[in-house]
Amino acid sequence: MRRGWFFPLAAVLGFVFLYAPIISLVVFSFNESRLVTVWSGFSTHWYGELLRDPQMLGAAWLSLQIAAISASIALVLGTLCAVALVRFRRFRGRTALAGMVSAPLVMPDVITGLSLLLLFVSMEALFGWPAGRGMMTIIIAHSTFCMAYVTVVVQSRLSDLDLSLEEAAMDLGATPVRVFFDITLPIIAPALVSGWLLGFTLSLDDLVIASFVSGPGSSTLPMVIFSKVRLGVSPDVNALASIIIGIVALGVVAATLIQLRGRPRKARA
Amino acid sequence: MVSLDTEAAPVRQRPWTILERGLGAMGLSGRALVIFAPALWLTVFFLVPLAVVFGISLAVKEFGRPPYSDLLTVGEDGTVQLTLHLSNYLRLFTDALYVNAYISSIRISAVATIIALLIGYPMAYFIARTQDPWRNILLMLVILPFWTSFLLRVYALAGFMRGNGVINNFLGLFGIEPIVMMQTDFAVYVGIVYTYLPFMILPLYTNLVKLDPALLEASADLGAKPWRTFLSVTLPLSVPGIIAGSMLVFIPAIGEFVIPSLLGGPGTLMIGRVLWDEFFANTNWPRSAAVAVAMLVVVVVPIMLMQRAQDAVIERRK
Repeated sequence: MRRGWFFPLAAVLGFVFLYAPIISLVVFSFNESRLVTVWSGFSTHWYGELLRDPQMLGAAWLSLQIAAISASIALVLGTLCAVALVRFRRFRGRTALAGMVSAPLVMPDVITGLSLLLLFVSMEALFGWPAGRGMMTIIIAHSTFCMAYVTVVVQSRLSDLDLSLEEAAMDLGATPVRVFFDITLPIIAPALVSGWLLGFTLSLDDLVIASFVSGPGSSTLPMVIFSKVRLGVSPDVNALASIIIGIVALGVVAATLIQLRGRPRKARA
Repeated sequence: MVSLDTEAAPVRQRPWTILERGLGAMGLSGRALVIFAPALWLTVFFLVPLAVVFGISLAVKEFGRPPYSDLLTVGEDGTVQLTLHLSNYLRLFTDALYVNAYISSIRISAVATIIALLIGYPMAYFIARTQDPWRNILLMLVILPFWTSFLLRVYALAGFMRGNGVINNFLGLFGIEPIVMMQTDFAVYVGIVYTYLPFMILPLYTNLVKLDPALLEASADLGAKPWRTFLSVTLPLSVPGIIAGSMLVFIPAIGEFVIPSLLGGPGTLMIGRVLWDEFFANTNWPRSAAVAVAMLVVVVVPIMLMQRAQDAVIERRK
C-alpha cells in the first residue's frame, strides 16, 4: 500500500495535542516561581509544600481507602454479574440485569450522584440508615459504577474462555463452585486484575458523584483539587498531578511490556 | 467426629467446600446467589435511585430537611393524600435558561464529537496500519491518558490555554498578541476533544485493524486512487467504528460538568452544570431532579438511535 504523508503527520500532531499539556504541567511542577507559566529555575519546593499540606494528605488517604474498598466490592459483584451473564444463558430477568449493569457506563455522573444522594436521604428518613453521609455512602456509590466496568472487562474474558476445560473438571466430579475457584478463576485472573485497577482508578478520579454523596468532613482528593483549581492555578496541584501521572505512566508501561513479552509464548503454545 | 473426618478425607478440604456446604444448608443454590447478589445491589443502588429522582422531581422546594415537599401525606382523618407537582417540568419548558442549556449542551457535544472524529480517525487509521512493536506502543500512548486523572488533565489543559499560558507565551515569541482562549466555548470544545479523544480512537482502531488489506489492493488494482479507495472502501466499512466512537464521546459530553465549569465562561451553558448549580447553589432538589429526568431522555434517545444504527449495519452484512 502506498504510504502518504497525511496519516503520519496527523498522528504526530494528534499525539502532540494529547501530550503537550501534560508534559508542560510536569515541567512547571519543578518551577521555582509561584507563577505556573514563567520559568524561573528548577526547584522541588512545591513537592515539599504538598507533603506538608495536611488537608491534601488527609484527602489523598481517604480517597485511596475509598478506591481500594470500592474496587474490591465492585470486583466481587462485577465478577458474579459477568459469570451470571456469560455462563447462565437463560434466566428470568437476564436482559434486565444486562441493562442495569451496563447503564452506569453511559449515565452522566451528575445523574448518578444526584439519584444516589436522593436515595440516601429518603432511606435515612424512612429507616434511619445510612445515618448521615460520608465515606460509606461514597463507597456504595463508587462500587456501583465501578461494578459496571468490572463486568465488561470480566465478561469479555469469560466469553473467550474455552468451555471444555470447565467441562473436563465437571466430568471428573468437581462441583460447580470448585470448578469456578480451581479452573475459571486462575484463567480469568488477568481480567480480574485489570478490572480491579480500572475500578480503583475510576474511584480515585471521581469528583462529581463524590461531591453529591459525601458529607461534611469527608472531602476526597478530587474534591480538594477542584476547590483549589477553581480559584486559579496552584503549583502544589501541579506537583501532585506529576506524581500521579508518574505512577500511572510507570504502571501502564510495565503492563504493556509484560503483555509484549507474554505474546510470543502464547503464540508458541 | 471420627466418622465426619473419614467422610471428608478423600476430598481435599478447601475453603469453598465449606462455602458450598454452607450454601446448601441454607437451601440456596450457588447459581441463584450468583444472579441474586449483583441483581439486588443494582436494584437498590441503581434502579430505585432513578425512581426516587423521578418521584422527587414531582415535589417542590421547601425549607427544612430534606428540602422538598412530601409526596405522600397522611391527613388527620387517616386518609393518605398524594400531592404531585408538575411545576418543575413546566418551568423546564418555559424558562429560557433550561431550554438554552439543553440545546447548547447538544450543540457543544455534537461539534466536539465531529472535531474528535476528524482528529481521531487519521490517528486510528495510522495506528492500525503500523507494524507490531510500534502499534502496541502507540496504542499504549492512546490509553495512558485514560488512566490518568480526568480532572488533572482538564487542569493541565487550562494551564496550557490561559492568558499567560504556554500557547500564548509561544505565540509571544513571534510577537503575536495573546489570544483569549480560556472561559470561552472554544475552550470547552478543546476540553471535550482532549479528554474524550481516546474513546474515539479505540473503537475506530478496533474496527480499522480488522479491515482486510486485500480489499484495498483490489481497489488499487482496479485503478482507484488512494483517496478514492479510502472514500469508497475504507470509510463505508468503518461506519460501525465511527458510530461507536462518536457515541462514546457525544453521550458523556452532554452531561459534562467539570469541563464547562473549569474551562468555560459564565456564558457557557451546559445542562450538567445547570443541574449542579440548581442543586448546590440554589438547593432546589426537586428542580435539579426534573433537570436530571429530562437529561436522561436527551441521553437515552441517541443510545437508542445508535442501537438501531448498529442493528441496521449488522443486518446489511448478513
